[in-house]
Amino acid sequence: MKDAEIMAKNPNRPLSPHLQVYRWSPQMAISIFHRATGFILATVGMITLLWWLSAIGGGAESYATFQKYVVSAGDSATGFETAVNWFFRLLGLAVTFSFFQHLASGIRHLVLDIGAGYELKANRTWASAAFIAAFFATAFVVLFVASRFLGV
Amino acid sequence: MDSRTYIGRVRGLGSAKHGGEHWLKQRLTAIGNILLTTWLVVSLLLMPNFDQATLAQWLAQPTVAVPMILMIVNIFSHARLGLQVVIEDYVHDEGLKFGAMALLNFYVVASAVFGIFVVAKLAFTGASA
Repeated sequence: MKDAEIMAKNPNRPLSPHLQVYRWSPQMAISIFHRATGFILATVGMITLLWWLSAIGGGAESYATFQKYVVSAGDSATGFETAVNWFFRLLGLAVTFSFFQHLASGIRHLVLDIGAGYELKANRTWASAAFIAAFFATAFVVLFVASRFLGV
Repeated sequence: MDSRTYIGRVRGLGSAKHGGEHWLKQRLTAIGNILLTTWLVVSLLLMPNFDQATLAQWLAQPTVAVPMILMIVNIFSHARLGLQVVIEDYVHDEGLKFGAMALLNFYVVASAVFGIFVVAKLAFTGASA
């Protein structure tokens, strides 16, 4: 039997310290956020992009359907339609934040790739800055959408 | 059975010269995405209104259809590279990994072709009302 197999059969063997023993820092958070936001963009984000494009290509009626779900269900909507609309709005918010978060931390990655920004303080500062930039960019888009589409 | 030592089996074979390919493609498509999505976001912010007719006419222009198609290809390539790493990191069963990777490839290629077709149809046949 291989060593790995013997070890797998003994659940009481000591484990090396893992996530739970570390105090979370912006540098750690931004790493997993980059992956999580990338996953959201690659699934919900890309499908929404295709839905939007094909709704434009499909004509006025199909675009109205897209708007009904994603933008506003309208005043005559049933409670269920309004709930579905809010679900899609939340997805839209998640995709918007994911886009800016992935963009900001992606630019940070490109800077790290040239070998810059590894000093502890600088690394921490730019990790926090990426979160703050994504937050404000998302807030800007929410205000833009609210003023242009929802008459807020 | 090969009776040579481990080092003997690999010595002199050299590298495959593709070690950095995935990493480099991920960065190149990342830079492309920064440029192309910035173009899309700025275009949307400058859009006079968001009626279907306006958007269709906008999308049908060559100066919009071309960057949009480039953006679709670039985004889906980047997503394929990224999700590939996610699968490699979390899916350890060889069979599941093979299946997940196949699904990923079907998903990104089918989606990208669909998106390109939608934009090309609008650009070539004109905006339908």
